[in-house]
Amino acid sequence: MVTILEQALKIHGGLRLDANKSPSLRAPLRRARIPERLFVPLSQHIGEIADPLVAVGDSVLKGQPIARSYSYISAPVHAPTSGSVIDIGAYPIPHPSGLKADCIVIEADGEDRAAPSGLRMDDVFAADPADIRQRVRDAGIVGLGGAGFPTSVKLNPGPGRDVELLVINAAECEPYISCDEALMCARTQEVIDGVRIMRHALHARQAVIGIEDNMPNAIACLRNGLDEAGAADIRVIAIPTIYPAGGEKQLIYTLTGEEVPSQGLPIDLGIVCHNVGTAAAVGRALVQGEPLISRVVTVTGAGVRQPANLVTRIGTPIAELIEQCGGYSDKVTRLLMGGPMMGISLPSDALPVIKTTNCILAASQQEAPQALSAHPCIRCGKCAEVCPASLLPQQLYWYAHARNFDKAQDYKLFDCIECGCCAQVCPSHIPLVQYYRFAKTEIWNQERERDKADIARQRHEFHLQRLEREKKELQERRAKAKKALNKPKAGNADSKKAEIAAALERVKARKASQSVAARNTDNLSEEQQAKIAEIDNRRASSTDENRP
Amino acid sequence: MEFPTQSSPYLPLSNDLNRLMVQVMLALIPGALCMIWFFGWGVLFNLLIATTTTVAAEAIMLKLRNRPVMATLSDGSAVLTGLLLALALPPLAPWWIPVIGALSAIIVAKQLYGGLGYNPFNPAMVGYVILIISFPLQMTLWSSPRGLEAEFLSFIDTLRMVFTQTLADGVILDGVTMATPLDASKTELGLNLTWSEILSSPLYGSFAGHGWEWINTTFLIGGVWLWQKRAIDWRIPLGMLSALFLVSLLFYIADADSFGSPIFHLFSGASMLGAFFIATDPVSAATTPRGRLYFGAGIGILTYVIRTWGGYPDGVAFAVLLMNMAAPTIDYYTQPRVFGHRDPGDS
Repeated sequence: MVTILEQALKIHGGLRLDANKSPSLRAPLRRARIPERLFVPLSQHIGEIADPLVAVGDSVLKGQPIARSYSYISAPVHAPTSGSVIDIGAYPIPHPSGLKADCIVIEADGEDRAAPSGLRMDDVFAADPADIRQRVRDAGIVGLGGAGFPTSVKLNPGPGRDVELLVINAAECEPYISCDEALMCARTQEVIDGVRIMRHALHARQAVIGIEDNMPNAIACLRNGLDEAGAADIRVIAIPTIYPAGGEKQLIYTLTGEEVPSQGLPIDLGIVCHNVGTAAAVGRALVQGEPLISRVVTVTGAGVRQPANLVTRIGTPIAELIEQCGGYSDKVTRLLMGGPMMGISLPSDALPVIKTTNCILAASQQEAPQALSAHPCIRCGKCAEVCPASLLPQQLYWYAHARNFDKAQDYKLFDCIECGCCAQVCPSHIPLVQYYRFAKTEIWNQERERDKADIARQRHEFHLQRLEREKKELQERRAKAKKALNKPKAGNADSKKAEIAAALERVKARKASQSVAARNTDNLSEEQQAKIAEIDNRRASSTDENRP
Repeated sequence: MEFPTQSSPYLPLSNDLNRLMVQVMLALIPGALCMIWFFGWGVLFNLLIATTTTVAAEAIMLKLRNRPVMATLSDGSAVLTGLLLALALPPLAPWWIPVIGALSAIIVAKQLYGGLGYNPFNPAMVGYVILIISFPLQMTLWSSPRGLEAEFLSFIDTLRMVFTQTLADGVILDGVTMATPLDASKTELGLNLTWSEILSSPLYGSFAGHGWEWINTTFLIGGVWLWQKRAIDWRIPLGMLSALFLVSLLFYIADADSFGSPIFHLFSGASMLGAFFIATDPVSAATTPRGRLYFGAGIGILTYVIRTWGGYPDGVAFAVLLMNMAAPTIDYYTQPRVFGHRDPGDS
C-alpha cells in the first residue's frame, strides 16, 4: 500500500545547485523554424532499432511513419514534416559514443502537409487500455526525460499487477533545463490530458505530479488546470529543490517514503513513473492525433545570445536552433545535450535533435570548465555525504581504480545512478563517474565473455557426448553384426543353399532386364536390325556356352 | 562548429584539495601562536625546521619515484605534516629531533607507501612515535611556560640551545625546562599525592595545566572553524572528545583523588590538536560516517588508557596509530545501508 506523504521528504545527500533556468524562460515558448533538411535517426529510444518503411526518393507527409520495428521494446519513427527522402544512411547523432548511426534524411518541401494519423480517440476514457497502449506505441512516444524507454511498455504493468500510484516526474532537477517548466505553463491542457489518459490506461488508483518548489508558476498552472478539468484528485506536490530529486527512485522516495528495491522497478511497489513531457506527448497524440514529431528543447547557456525554449521538430540540426536563438556568443567553449550534471558533451552542432533532447547547453568556460588534473583520493568522504544512493563512492573508486570489480560490486556499484554529485564535490578532482562507468562496462563485458564461454563449453560437452554416443552405437552395431555372422556357422546347410539360389535368381533377373533395356530400339533401319540380331545371337550362344 | 568533448559532470568543481590544506593550516594559526607565546621561540624553530625538512624530503622522494614534483608538492600535504609534527615536539629539543621526525614521517610513513592517499598511518604521528621511542630524553625538553619560568629564553639563547644544546653562562637546564602537567601529575600520583594536592601546584591553571589550557582552547577554536568551513567532518572530533570525556568522568566519579577530571583531560596535552587536526587526517582514518564516530571514540578511550596507565606522557599519538590499524576493519563493518537495500549486507 503506497501513500502520498503530506510533506515531501528530502533525499539523502544531493547538491544545491544554481538553477540557472531564468535566462531560457524570459522569452515565451515559441516554434522553431522547420529546417531545409532533417536528419531523423532510426534509433532514438532504448530497444530494437526501427527498420525504414520508405526508400530514397519517396515523398512523405508530416506524421507519416517512416520506420518501425515489430520488436516489443521499440518505437516507430515519423516524418517530422512533409517532403522527400533524399538519403538513408549513417550520419553523426547525439550519442555518448560519438559514433554515426542510420538516419533518414528528409528534404522539407515547406508545405508541412500532414498525413491522417488515426491516433485520435474520441472517447479515450472509455477506451480499452490495450487500445491506448497500441496508439501510444504507434505515435512513437518514448520517455522524454532522457532515457527514451518506449512509453507503451511502461503503460503495461503486466498481468496480475495492480498500479496503486502514477507518479509524474516534473521535477526537472538539473540546472539550466527549463523545457518541462515551459511546457507545463504553455501547454497545461496537453499535460493534464496526458496524465489522465495514462492514469486511465494503468488503472492507477492515485496520481501525483512531483515538481520542484522553485517553479511556482508551473505549479499554479497545473493546479488551476486540474481544477478546471475536474481532476483535482490528481495532486501536485512541491518537492524540495535539490539535485537529483528528479531521479526516478529519488522522486518516488520523496513523495511516498518508499524505496524502490535495488535492481527492482517502481512497479514492484505498485508505482509507475512517467516524465511530464511524455505525458504531454500522450495527450497530444490521443487528443489531437499528432504523433511524436516535435518536442520542447531548451537552448541556453552563456554561449548562446538569446536563450529560449523552442518547440522543435525531431531531426532539426542543433546549429539551426542555435542560429534561431541569436547564434553563439564569443564565450562558447562547449556544447552539451542535457544538463551539466548528466548530459553528454557533443563534438559538433551538426547533430540533430532527437526525441530525448531536452536541452542544448552552449556553455562558456566559466559554466563548464576544462577538467582539472586529478590528485590522489584522500578519502575525505565528501562524496559519501552527497551520494543520493548512500553509497561510499571513495571505496567504489578505490576498487574500480584497482580493477577489483568483485569488491566494487560488494560495495553496490550497480546502485550508482551516475548523477555526478560525488565528482562535483571531490577536492581531488577525480572524474569519479567515469571510473564507475568503466567498472560497470568491464563487468558487463566479463559477464558477456563468461556467457560466451559457458555456451562454448556446453557445446563442447555436447560434442564429446555425441562422439561417445556414436562410438557406443557403433560398437553395439558391430557386436550385433558379429552375432549375426556367427549364427549361420551354427545353422543348417539348407539356408545356405537357399541363399545361393536367391543370389542366382537375382543375377538372372538383372540379365533379363539388361537384355530388355538393350532392345529399347524402335524405328531402326533393316541393316541395324540385322546387326543387333547378330549380336544378340552371339551373346545368347556365349552365355549358353559359359554357363557352368 | 566543432567542440571538445568531456565526461559528465561539467559544472565547475566546488572543492579543492589545496584549498582544504590551506584551511587546515590557517586553523592551526591561533593554537600555534598561543604555543609560541607560552613556550617561546623554540616552537617557531620546530615549525620552520620540520616543514623545511618535510618539503625537501617529499621533493627528493618524488624525484626518486619519477613523480611530478612541483604539481604534487603544491597540494600542501607535506607542509601540513611538518606543521603538525612540529606542534607535537618539545620546544627546546635539538634541531635534529624535528629533522629525524620529519624524515621518518615523509619517507617512511608516507612516500614508501605510495605518497598522499596511500599511507595507512598518520605520517606526523609516525614521526612523533619514532622520536619518543628513540630519543625519550630529548623529547622531554619542554620549556617552562611563560608565567612560571625562572628565566624566559631570548631568541638568541633559544637558537643556541636548539643548535648547540648549550645555555648562556649561569643558566641551568632545569631552570628553563619543566615537565608537562600530564607528565608531572603522573609522577606525583605515583608519589601518592591526591589530585587536590597536585592541583595546588602553580603548574596548573584555572581548569587544566598552566598554558596548556589556553593552547587547547585555541586549537578548539581553530577546529570549530574548520568544521564550520566543512573542511573536516564533525564525527571524529566529537567521537574522540566525548569518549575521552566519558571515560575520564567515569573514573573521576569513582575516585576523584586518583584520577584527573574530564576537563583536565580535554584541555591537556594534545587533546584538541589531536581531535581536530590529527585524528581527522582522512587518509588514515575510517571513512564511513558511523565508522568515524567509532574511530574517534577509540582514539579517545586509548588516549585515556595510555595517559593513565601507560609509560608515556601523552597517549594521543599511540592512540591515533592504533586506530589507524583498525580503520579498514571499522570501515568494513560500518558500511551504510545503500538506497533500496534492506540492510548493509544484502545484495
